[in-house]
Amino acid sequence: MKVLVPIKRVIDYNVKVRVKADNSGVDLANVKMAMNPFCEIAVEEAVRLKEKGVVTEIVAVSIGPKAAQEQLRTAMALGADRSILVETDEEIQPLGIAKALKAIVEEEKPEMVILGKQAIDDDNNQTGQMLAALTGMPQGTFASEVNVEEGKVKVTREIDGGLQTVELKLPAVVTTDLRLNEPRYASLPNIMKAKKKPLDVKTPADLGVDMTPRVTIEKVETPAERKAGVMVGSVDELVEKLKNEAKVI
Amino acid sequence: MSVLVYAEHDNATLNKVTLSVLAAAKEIGGDITVLVAGKGCGAVAEEAAKAEGVSKVLCADNDAYEHQLAENIAELVAEVGADYKHILAAATTTGKNFAPRVAALLDVAQISEISDVIDGDTFKRPIYAGNAIATVKCADEKKVITVRGTSFDGVAAEGGSASVENLDVVKDSGLSSFVSEELAKSDRPELTSADIVISGGRGMGNGDNFEILYKVADKLGAAVGASRAAVDAGFVPNDMQVGQTGKIVAPQLYMAVGISGAIQHLAGMKDSKVIVAINKDEEAPIFQVADYGLVADLFEAVPELDSKL
Repeated sequence: MKVLVPIKRVIDYNVKVRVKADNSGVDLANVKMAMNPFCEIAVEEAVRLKEKGVVTEIVAVSIGPKAAQEQLRTAMALGADRSILVETDEEIQPLGIAKALKAIVEEEKPEMVILGKQAIDDDNNQTGQMLAALTGMPQGTFASEVNVEEGKVKVTREIDGGLQTVELKLPAVVTTDLRLNEPRYASLPNIMKAKKKPLDVKTPADLGVDMTPRVTIEKVETPAERKAGVMVGSVDELVEKLKNEAKVI
Repeated sequence: MSVLVYAEHDNATLNKVTLSVLAAAKEIGGDITVLVAGKGCGAVAEEAAKAEGVSKVLCADNDAYEHQLAENIAELVAEVGADYKHILAAATTTGKNFAPRVAALLDVAQISEISDVIDGDTFKRPIYAGNAIATVKCADEKKVITVRGTSFDGVAAEGGSASVENLDVVKDSGLSSFVSEELAKSDRPELTSADIVISGGRGMGNGDNFEILYKVADKLGAAVGASRAAVDAGFVPNDMQVGQTGKIVAPQLYMAVGISGAIQHLAGMKDSKVIVAINKDEEAPIFQVADYGLVADLFEAVPELDSKL
């Protein structure tokens, strides 16, 4: 079966985020960018399913600037067979992305869409669910285990109280949580091979979708800093402070 | 102007987080209706009717809603929500699961995890793991919002007397079905609503060593959490994880034991009123956010703390 893996180019996981002085957003100039960590897990899961013989073709897709080709090349180095970039320099938001992905789903007709549960920039956690709604597919969000069976997939989900397993009819959308797998690193030969794999570039207009943002960001601020605390020298002092100064025990 | 609040529950009792969502609804303003969807959830509807500021409770009691499957719940909420300007749910794994689906069905944006209400169109929400706070304004006629529970003080659970109306709307997509559930059983308070939380990190060494935290927790009536490192190492189950991708907590007292303080962990607990850090590494970043820091071997300090409480 064919799997579609949407991925996002985001600020690298290890970069310390700085808010711009004019409060218009986060400073991304000269900052290291990478594939969103949850998307890496999605690519890895698709690759593992291909290695098991369940999946026959993996198509990676990204919606974003030209530079997102780097992340698509990474996905192909990790095992995706080909990729599609829907190129736009405009601000994109989950509903618009879901609409673009729906158009891709209609063209590609995958039996499963595996994507990260959230991107670590906007922390929205929406795109997979929205895509599922727009395409009328069932969804298995926050997956920690994925088992494909005949015509269906069983997804174990990380929920607040523990784990929940659901069974979804295919085609289905699965969003990945951290513990689903540990992504591999791309090997040098595979990075070289990925350069020759096909990468199609489309525009939102080609897909005929309206990706106009519905939400405007009025301002972005640095959160209130916690004021520096004190070091205590002993457990006794700690207990005394918690009882008499902080009055929390 | 009216607000629809989706109730979080386990078919038996109303989850306290719903009271926080009601507080956010109150700030938005207007009549508040609570939607309770589940199976055999009449008692939850009665409980919701007593909450402060609720004018009406709609109860959709059907097999299709027993396990909160997003496919069915989203259809229900989208239909019921047609009459409301704001649709609010808690930013729990339940709310996060169905709310974007509702928004897409209604062709509107969804606003995730708001931490403040500026007005009916404008909200604050954390982005970049809480390293930045965005003020966002939504142009859509209808707003579908998830609410960060710890950012709002819940309304009173008692005192209201709303009417309860049974809803005879059955949405069963047939696309998904419930297989099984493994829920952690604990006599301790729930992490997100506990007044005191004690969390252990990689420094705990193994799962058995968490016993010393449980002993202190039981003396203080505290919940026990963990860092992602401790969860990934298999010391404790994932539902104990505090952090960007785990639970967001903001108790009166948060004690971080053997936790270095990665930004992803801080994102989940830095709104706590008082933070205590116990770590043998004095350079650990956790000390930068701690009100009280103790550089010590946790295997000595925690039992000593236990003996002195």
